[in-house]
Amino acid sequence: MFYREAGDFKTSYASDNQTFPIRFDRLGYFTAMVVAFLVVPFLINDYWANAILLPFLIYAIAAIGLNILVGYCGQVSLGTGGFMAVGAYACYKLMTAMPEVNIFFHVLISGGITAFVCVLFGLPSLRIKGFYLAVATLAAQFFLVWLFNRVPWFYNYSASGQINAPERTLFGIEVTGPNTQAWATYLFCLVFLVGSAWIARNLTRGMTGRKWMAIRDMDIAAEIIGVNPLKAKISAFAVSGFFVGISGALFFSVYLGAVEVGEAFGINKSFLVLFMVIIGGLGSMFGSFAGAAFLVLLPVVLKVVGVDWLGMPTDLVAHLQLVIVGGLIVVFLILEPHGLAQLWRVAKEKLRLWPFPH
Amino acid sequence: MPEQLVFAMEVFLNGLMAGVLYALVALGFVLIYKASGIFNFAQGVMALFAAMTLVGIQKGQVPFAHLINAMLGTHIHHFGWHIHSFIAILLTVGVMILLAWAVQKVVFKHLVGQEPIILFMATIGLAYFLEGFADLMWNSEIKKLDVCMTANACLPQGINIPIDEFTYGIFGYGFFIDNLDITATIVAIILVAALVIFSQYTKQGRAMRAVADDHQAALSVGISLNFIWVLVWSVAGFVALVAGIMWGAKSGVQFSLSLIALKALPVLMLGGFTSIPGAIVGGLIIGVGEKLFEFAIGPMVGGATENWFAYVLALIFLVFRPQGLFGEKIIERV
Repeated sequence: MFYREAGDFKTSYASDNQTFPIRFDRLGYFTAMVVAFLVVPFLINDYWANAILLPFLIYAIAAIGLNILVGYCGQVSLGTGGFMAVGAYACYKLMTAMPEVNIFFHVLISGGITAFVCVLFGLPSLRIKGFYLAVATLAAQFFLVWLFNRVPWFYNYSASGQINAPERTLFGIEVTGPNTQAWATYLFCLVFLVGSAWIARNLTRGMTGRKWMAIRDMDIAAEIIGVNPLKAKISAFAVSGFFVGISGALFFSVYLGAVEVGEAFGINKSFLVLFMVIIGGLGSMFGSFAGAAFLVLLPVVLKVVGVDWLGMPTDLVAHLQLVIVGGLIVVFLILEPHGLAQLWRVAKEKLRLWPFPH
Repeated sequence: MPEQLVFAMEVFLNGLMAGVLYALVALGFVLIYKASGIFNFAQGVMALFAAMTLVGIQKGQVPFAHLINAMLGTHIHHFGWHIHSFIAILLTVGVMILLAWAVQKVVFKHLVGQEPIILFMATIGLAYFLEGFADLMWNSEIKKLDVCMTANACLPQGINIPIDEFTYGIFGYGFFIDNLDITATIVAIILVAALVIFSQYTKQGRAMRAVADDHQAALSVGISLNFIWVLVWSVAGFVALVAGIMWGAKSGVQFSLSLIALKALPVLMLGGFTSIPGAIVGGLIIGVGEKLFEFAIGPMVGGATENWFAYVLALIFLVFRPQGLFGEKIIERV
């Protein structure tokens, strides 16, 4: 019934190489795109946009970025929060210094700047491996947050030390600032997410991605068969930094609007994104989406159930939430260390045979 | 003697003391990492949990009072008794052993043979869980920790007068050294000595070292891995308790206590993940380094450099020596 390759004949190299080789997958993909671009914008309201959809879109971009680094290239990074902060502050400086340039390009350039910073902090990865590298990336996390906190140039000498997103428009419609409409911000982030996912998907199934995976699986062996570890690792850091920077820029300018760096981009953000990648599935684009959706939805659901239905005090629910999130992560790792993406793969295999399993 | 140099010496001494406290936390990491290859991110939260449990037992708090009150509508808070510190510490050690057993039984037994990154993530999950659990059990308000053997023999706090007078006599400037830091140093020395004796001269300690050396070989001579892992987690829990008491007495028992784990990480990098002397020397270097840096360079760049200096120092150091100061040489084969 579902997921049958039968009858789906490939008659050209192009169709043989397509991203979704199974017709059912393609249909699902196009349906999702149509729903996301043409249906959701008409249904969306402020609550849905701010509580669920915007965080999901933005975290999904960050998760894709981190998944490239951790899942595809095997370089564990705990500096995501710091790199998102670079994106946010780069975006802020660009928005205030060059108001005549479109916000769309600001976000892209912030991604580029973050990529550069990420490469700088990625350079030690050539010498340092494994956990030592993971801890070393914490240097980026703490140093960058401190930098944005202490050097007034970055927040334009504002008295509060916060940065605030000025109003900017795209095609005459406001996408940042206080007077935005839910559908506009949603579509703005969605475009970036789709673009990022498209680039990431095609990079990872091409030569670059295979080099990354070779480095991940065993870097010495990869070097011997002719993969340049310098280029592979640095390119992974750059691409990852680009996406993470974009998500940081969007997180600040479109979603929050005003940011205090220690609060918004602290170490917890790094862990959150890493959880998304691990729970979603290392080395899987679908996993980045699934992980982001799961960890964005979970606190919302817990809050609705705990506070609104059961009427428990909020601080108690906050503690319970920690227990449940922590417990779920552990349970997840025990039952399915390869994440939601693996569940999805298993489900697809089942669906292929259903309803005649023999 | 120039004034700045005297100040620097005081900063240096205080840095040494701070370094001892970092080393205390780092020790727990090293123990677990050596024996099971698990990089236990929850070590800091374990210290928090231990300290909260100790205070809770001392003051006779009812566990989960808040939760019970919310569910049943009751108003219970305290049992109304006060428990002697020594007994409370013993009970807390019991709780930490129970925790070690539960962690091994529920979590890591099922994760044997997984990749290190998965184990690492599991400990982060465990850290979240424990943090929420500790808050649920003993509620999250800031608590004061007093460990007293008799009514007037508590953990000493405040300026150490003899050192103050002694240095005043020499330099004309009295050094401020906290009594608590001195106590912590002594406790740390005793703890390390005890650990060395335990691992060198007892059967269990030797088994622990055997497991750290080679799991398979240890299994083949009849050492129970499960038991050793529970043991190691218990010892790490005990170290966490000591660290929790010291840090808790210094700055109150509160959430920020769990952040000391983040202070211990650069110490580990510097000293090497697998070396107990490394943890101590690394702790001292980091403690002295960050205090001196803050003293000398901090005012020029806006202060609060202690947050990142340790990491950057460790990072630069690692570029030249990837396995840390005392870590085992990393040999890679295809």
